[in-house]
Amino acid sequence: MAVFPDTIALIGVNHKTASLDLRERLACTAGYEGPLAALSRLESLKEYYLLSTCNRVEIAFVGDDVRRGRTEILAALFAPRVKAAELEPHVYQYEQSRAVEHLFQVAASLDSMVVGEAQILGQMKEAYRIAAKTGGTGLVLNKLLHKSFSVAKRVRTETRIGASAVSISYAAVVLGRKIFGDLTNKRVLLIGAGEMAELAAEHLLNQGVASVVVANRTLERAVSLARRFRGSAIALAELQGQLQHVDVIISSTGASELILRKEDVRRVMRGRRNRPLFFIDIAVPRDLDPAINELDNVYLYDIDDLQGVIELNRADREREAVKAGRIIAEEVLKFERWLENMASTPTIIQLRNLMEDIVRSEVDKTAGRIGATSTLQQEALEKMALAIASKMLYHPLKYLKAEDHCLSLEERIHTVRTVFDLDEAADQAQPGGPSHA
Amino acid sequence: MSFLLFQVSLILYLLATAAYLVFFFKERAAIRKNARLLFILAFALHSITIIVRYFEAGYTPITTRHETISFFAWSLGCCYLSFCWRYGVKNLGAFVSLLVLTLMSLAAFAPRATVSLSPQLQSGWLPVHASLSLLAYGFFALAGVGGLMYLLQERTIKRKRFGLFYSRLPSLEALDTLNHHCLSVGFPLLTLGMITGSLWAKQALGSYWRWDPMETWTLITWLLYAALIHQRFTVGWRGRQAALLSIAALVVALFTFWGVSVFFTGYHGSFS
Repeated sequence: MAVFPDTIALIGVNHKTASLDLRERLACTAGYEGPLAALSRLESLKEYYLLSTCNRVEIAFVGDDVRRGRTEILAALFAPRVKAAELEPHVYQYEQSRAVEHLFQVAASLDSMVVGEAQILGQMKEAYRIAAKTGGTGLVLNKLLHKSFSVAKRVRTETRIGASAVSISYAAVVLGRKIFGDLTNKRVLLIGAGEMAELAAEHLLNQGVASVVVANRTLERAVSLARRFRGSAIALAELQGQLQHVDVIISSTGASELILRKEDVRRVMRGRRNRPLFFIDIAVPRDLDPAINELDNVYLYDIDDLQGVIELNRADREREAVKAGRIIAEEVLKFERWLENMASTPTIIQLRNLMEDIVRSEVDKTAGRIGATSTLQQEALEKMALAIASKMLYHPLKYLKAEDHCLSLEERIHTVRTVFDLDEAADQAQPGGPSHA
Repeated sequence: MSFLLFQVSLILYLLATAAYLVFFFKERAAIRKNARLLFILAFALHSITIIVRYFEAGYTPITTRHETISFFAWSLGCCYLSFCWRYGVKNLGAFVSLLVLTLMSLAAFAPRATVSLSPQLQSGWLPVHASLSLLAYGFFALAGVGGLMYLLQERTIKRKRFGLFYSRLPSLEALDTLNHHCLSVGFPLLTLGMITGSLWAKQALGSYWRWDPMETWTLITWLLYAALIHQRFTVGWRGRQAALLSIAALVVALFTFWGVSVFFTGYHGSFS
């Protein structure tokens, strides 16, 4: 890849490197337009794309000075809110094939908090759509992002990596149907706001659930999540009262102690006139007292129980992860090949330009010498010279473009450039032209 | 004639049950449609059997053991069809048709001769009182079947071991609706059956209530169902408790229906 003059780089923070608190401060909550405009003012970036979700903020860019690009991006996007010194230790940075690989992994949901959840792909597509619309992406990032979408699709269809993430939501819906018959007009309560809980809630909403109530430790987050589901937000303290009105409860807080005990739920059942309650506890450690399941008309499932519904065991998942890794490695190689071919384009253009220059100057000289003054004669001369030149160039160009050579593209480019002395010519003609290391 | 018709409808019930059972295990929608068609056909023929027997015997055929069991099976079929016309309950047909088939076989083994009615029974009240009571028992039997299915399904969901029944049984809500429907139709029918019975008794025997064993046990049954309905509508008893009590009440009802005439003697005699 060294022949490609610019570097593809990716910097960002995600749920593995930064705390939720930091991620929340970094997230582009006001939409992409502002931050993208800020990026467009940076001269070190030739192409850029920005993704911001609750679990990651990432910028992929193309430029010739990665270090400068990184410093400028961090300053432009986060400077007033987060100091560089605070941010720096959490930022990861990938270049070239590692950046490509990372982007593929993110798209295929291998880098997600809940591996295999499909939401991230939609978020990426949306981020790309806006970046492309505002002119942020160019030839390389367009190709790279489109490729990452197709890689994600390939991983999804060829492996069962998504099955376990889907299984939680799926099992919740299937079980919900066995208990309630019909999920329309049922109300869902989310306690805490994990990715998996959101996913399950979304799935339930798709099944026609009437409304979603969100309870969270920080009310602010509850409110923002509730807005996404067009539901309402409550404080954790109001939990007991809410149990009267909801039917499905998905709990996923980070609390180390139980949030609801058997007695709490028993008290509620009388007020509910024994209408069934379906608890789903996907928190680790558990939020809900396992004894709740002993109550009549109350059903409690924890994460292991739900896995059991789908029966996808651990060994399966590990095998699928290996398979997904292989697909991604394969696709990274393919992308590198494309990038290399891209690299031969400047050489071809340069070669053509060189030939045209020679033709033009020789035609001028000859025309003056033989006294061909009419434009008709000049054109005939030029036509002939160009024909000879392009016939001469045919084989060198074919040599550059051909796929099945025993020599690497890099070497072939080097040979052609040496033979035609292109680097010297380029230095003389256009100092800023592409050079290769 | 009615003998032959009965025979044919018995065979049709057998086929319907077989089809329902195949559907239960194979879960293919086409089979279910055929099973329902067979069941409706059998039920229609069974209805004709009863009408034909009415003309053959010259009295309402809810008198001998054969007739009452056959009529009980008919009313169960009637309740089932009335319910699945309004709600869909997956695989209820398998359970109900099995029960109907069992009842029909019992009826087939009972002596089928028509009898001459004692003067006491020759009354316009007979068809009203007997059919109302038996229809009520039909609804209670359906509630009991639903209760059994509820307990099976509830156990699966609580224990989280998803075996044979999980995917094949309907949702808990559907079964609870079934229970609700059966009780709210069956209970008024039983009450009407008791009222007509007591009016008839006043007319034939001179008093409304004579504490005949049958009457006593019917009262116990009635009180049980009254309690169940009361709990359902006021406290919101449902699900498991309702299912359990429906089954218990059904056992008492069946004892009232059959056991009483075996263990006690009374003027209801050995009709069943």
